[in-house]
Amino acid sequence: MIAFRDIFITGLLLGGIFALVSVGLTLQYGVARVLNVAHGEFIMVGAFMTFWLLGSANLNPLLSVAITGPVAFIMGFILHKTLFRRLMDTSPSLDIFEGKSLLASFGLLYVVQNLARIIWGSDVEGYNFLNSTVTAAQIPLNRLVALAFVVVLGGAFYFFLARTRLGKAIRASAQSPTTAELMGVDIRNVLAICFGLGLGLAAIAGSLLSTLFAIQTSIGLGYTVIAMVVVVMGGLGSITGAMIGGIILGLVSSTVTFFHPSLTMIAYYVIFIVLLLARPKGIMGK
Amino acid sequence: MKAIQMTRDKSVTLGLLIVAFLILALLPQFTSGYLVTLLIDILKFAVLTVAWVVFSGPTGYMSLATAAFYGLGFYIAAVFSGTVPFPLLIMLAGASAFVVALGVGALTLRLRGVYFAIFTFALVLLVQNVVLEVERVVTQTRGRFVETVSTEGVYYAILIVFFLTILAAMLIRRSRYGLALQSIGEYEEAAAHSGINVVWTKVLTFATSAVFMGMAGAIIATRRTYIDPYIAFNLNTSFLPVLMAMFGGMGNLVGPVLGAALFTYIGEILLTRFPDLYMLIFGVVLIVSILFMPNGVLGLAQGVWRKMRGGGHAPS
Repeated sequence: MIAFRDIFITGLLLGGIFALVSVGLTLQYGVARVLNVAHGEFIMVGAFMTFWLLGSANLNPLLSVAITGPVAFIMGFILHKTLFRRLMDTSPSLDIFEGKSLLASFGLLYVVQNLARIIWGSDVEGYNFLNSTVTAAQIPLNRLVALAFVVVLGGAFYFFLARTRLGKAIRASAQSPTTAELMGVDIRNVLAICFGLGLGLAAIAGSLLSTLFAIQTSIGLGYTVIAMVVVVMGGLGSITGAMIGGIILGLVSSTVTFFHPSLTMIAYYVIFIVLLLARPKGIMGK
Repeated sequence: MKAIQMTRDKSVTLGLLIVAFLILALLPQFTSGYLVTLLIDILKFAVLTVAWVVFSGPTGYMSLATAAFYGLGFYIAAVFSGTVPFPLLIMLAGASAFVVALGVGALTLRLRGVYFAIFTFALVLLVQNVVLEVERVVTQTRGRFVETVSTEGVYYAILIVFFLTILAAMLIRRSRYGLALQSIGEYEEAAAHSGINVVWTKVLTFATSAVFMGMAGAIIATRRTYIDPYIAFNLNTSFLPVLMAMFGGMGNLVGPVLGAALFTYIGEILLTRFPDLYMLIFGVVLIVSILFMPNGVLGLAQGVWRKMRGGGHAPS
């Protein structure tokens, strides 16, 4: 029973983080049409920035989110304004743009990962943060804090998309960029904002992950694959789908890890491939 | 008149090909070891790139599965090395890649656009993890050893496979299959309605291109004494041929070969000059070449040529 409770709580926590990461990727693919294989690298960047801020300025890891998120947002915004905007303007069709941006983001993966390796090295790093257990339940405090944080952040982001003017513009652009533009949405800025928000969410997820697990400059690709699985699971471009898919995959992950840790990665791929073949449109896909 | 022109074009191409083959075949007799090693690398990427273009060029389906078939070749070489002669080993690798690609293609080629790219991307990582796990449980090791072959042997093997790849690519391009593939890339439904067996054409071409990837894998595996799943199923092997094809241009078969040669050479220079910054600079080169050369080097050269001759006249 206790095992079941642990699996469930870890699953929810992982699921919440996966959901953040995947909403980020779905904003980039679903709205900005960039299938960013470098997405996970920004999780790593967020994690290392938090680690570095803790070491140099003794900044609380939870507070560092207020720095890592905006920094990654600005990076994403600039990247889209320079690199992907130009690709979009020179590509004759959407298919070609998608292919080219996938390749460009692969180049980006190299650049970010190797810059990080030059700055932070390739050792495994980690620190202790709130890892005392809550006495009655024996659950590490950092997990509960991170879980609460993910819930608040997810809620706030959902509110932003559902209620604010910019959120509405983003959702409209996800449905049809051309129509959104005709309705007066400043599409160029909205796409760049979406790309920036995607990277911002990735970096925030990275900051939270660094409070829980050891980090390394090579962790990015694994999370990119997780985000892709979740995004396909939820339906490309569906934000609600990415949230639900993230939580499902988190629960699957903690269950498989509990019984047979070395099969976790394989479980992700099997789910992914079965899903692609059985229901490529995803849970919320139309 | 036109028919005569075409046969003349054909014989010129064939003649050039034979001359190139002879020069490359005689090269190891005259030059140093380094050039041969570099040429092995270039030919390897040329095989992968041309094989990739055979399927993905006309159809527009971006396959990222190259590393899966190439890595399969690695493992065939590792499992059978020492027990089977080298040429048979290569054929075995080609045949298994064909069979696996037939299965993968039949399962996945109904996925369209970016789904196919994502699927093939994940396939490489899935195979890597499965092999890792199988080795851990069954053999309780991580890697395997491969019996080496002399540098010259490897060179001639990859050279022959390279010319087979080019030959196959030319034949497919000029046959009914090539036209069928082209029309699938342009408008799949229309192709199906005009009587093309769309699924069979796609799957068969996909599997044919995998043969050469598998063969290249088996040959190059003998250059290494030790292989493991991370070396065999490396995502770079999937992405580099795509980039080389784009870098060179996909309009004809010269482009991909040129792209592979230039890109490999640039990579080699970067690796020797800046070993620490190699990957970083490589990433920048990738991004810049995608950004500024939408039609590849060949397209760029043609553009400059056209400008020099004054004005944008279409070729008559």
